[in-house]
Amino acid sequence: MGKQPPVPLLINGRRSDGRLPNEHRPVRMEVGVINNAEGSALVAYGNTVILAAVYGPREVPQKHLELPDKAILRVRYHMAPFSTSEGRKSPTPSRREIEISKVIRMALEPVVILERFPRTTIDVYIEVLQADGSTRVTGITAASLALADAGIPMRDLLVGVSIGKVSGTIVVDLNQLEDQYGEGDMPFAIMYGRGLITLMQADGEWTPGEIGQAIEMAFKAAEQIYRLQKDTLKSKYVESSISLLT
Amino acid sequence: MPLYVSDKQIVLPGDIIATRDYNVTGSIYWDGDAAYSAVVGLVSIKGERDIEVIPLSGIYKPRTGDIVIGYITDIGLTGWVVDINSPYPAYLPIQEATLKPVDLTMVDLKSLLNIGDIVLARIIDFNLTKDTPVTLTLKEARLGRIEGGTLVEIDASKVARVIGRRGSMVGIFSEELGCDVTVGQNGRIWIRCRDPKDESFVARVIKFIEAESHTSGLTDRVRSMVSQYKGSKTTSTTKPR
Repeated sequence: MGKQPPVPLLINGRRSDGRLPNEHRPVRMEVGVINNAEGSALVAYGNTVILAAVYGPREVPQKHLELPDKAILRVRYHMAPFSTSEGRKSPTPSRREIEISKVIRMALEPVVILERFPRTTIDVYIEVLQADGSTRVTGITAASLALADAGIPMRDLLVGVSIGKVSGTIVVDLNQLEDQYGEGDMPFAIMYGRGLITLMQADGEWTPGEIGQAIEMAFKAAEQIYRLQKDTLKSKYVESSISLLT
Repeated sequence: MPLYVSDKQIVLPGDIIATRDYNVTGSIYWDGDAAYSAVVGLVSIKGERDIEVIPLSGIYKPRTGDIVIGYITDIGLTGWVVDINSPYPAYLPIQEATLKPVDLTMVDLKSLLNIGDIVLARIIDFNLTKDTPVTLTLKEARLGRIEGGTLVEIDASKVARVIGRRGSMVGIFSEELGCDVTVGQNGRIWIRCRDPKDESFVARVIKFIEAESHTSGLTDRVRSMVSQYKGSKTTSTTKPR
């Protein structure tokens, strides 16, 4: 790490934005925000705002890519030029964005029941509208909601949670500052209902004890987000009938 | 041997439905001894042990025997490529399009069906090993090119509600308004009314059914909408007989 953060990341058990170590930023979500897509979702973890849109299952334009026994999943994670605080980001997919696209795809693949639609493609577009840390996990939460909204068969809803280490303390849901100057980060994708993990990465140095603690914290944070995902999906169908009665 | 859901309940992906003692069908998957929902869906308990999970959204997956409404998108050497609103392309071979034998060297296929034409067809084959997995036929009484009327498109998962139980919903339109509503399983619906002015109303009601498909008592609500419309029509336009 080496670089000194502009503000201390942890004072008296409070983080730079006033949160406790196990406190998640406020989560906001909405489904069905894009009409042209089969399914879509807008998810915000604090200042990180991400739009996900799902198209398909549809015909694979490049015939050599299609698989005879299942659908292929294509994921594009992309940051909008205006999404970062440090000036304009080039819209060309960077090395980092290409890697995150693949990582998210691999997190989603065990969840989506691809065998139901052989020889087709399911396209997931994840657009970062505003970046403030934890973008890949926010993207996973949004992508999972958009897939469910599209009616694509899935084994469970997927929740993305990031865990990090700042000043020797394990914290949940890193923001930009903690991501940049912290001692480590560990993104998770969790099928909360089934108790499975489909993505776990780690950066920095972690002791076995800390990893155990990180997993525990990730599941605790995932529970809240999982509930919110379910409520959001249900409200799409329940509210419309209420509005009709009045 | 528990059952974890009730009738008309909304379930989400990963929600447990029932154990192996029940016959669970629809958009579900089995894991170990239990069935889980795979989609955002509605539970329908059909009998003692029969449970179905009906998806609330989703695309059309072709099945052999389905009646669909398709658009001709391309003309090949021996048939037409048809868009049937599904991820799998459909093909209508010439021998399935007409009863008369056609000499391919003499007849221009465009004269039979042209690009942009709309056909009511039946799926006679769905085979994923073929280049165009879906094969269509027009060789049946009411099938063929369709003209006139209005076409509306809805989500394919809502088709069952537009038809209603044993055609009750479609029956309302034909009894009350004299409208012939042909529902393609792929979510395209063809409306023909004795009075063409009714078609836009029927299209609106079908869109309403699509939006409210998960609620109960829909048939009665539609029935009252139709009779209300009929009432307003007779009072406003007092046509001499």
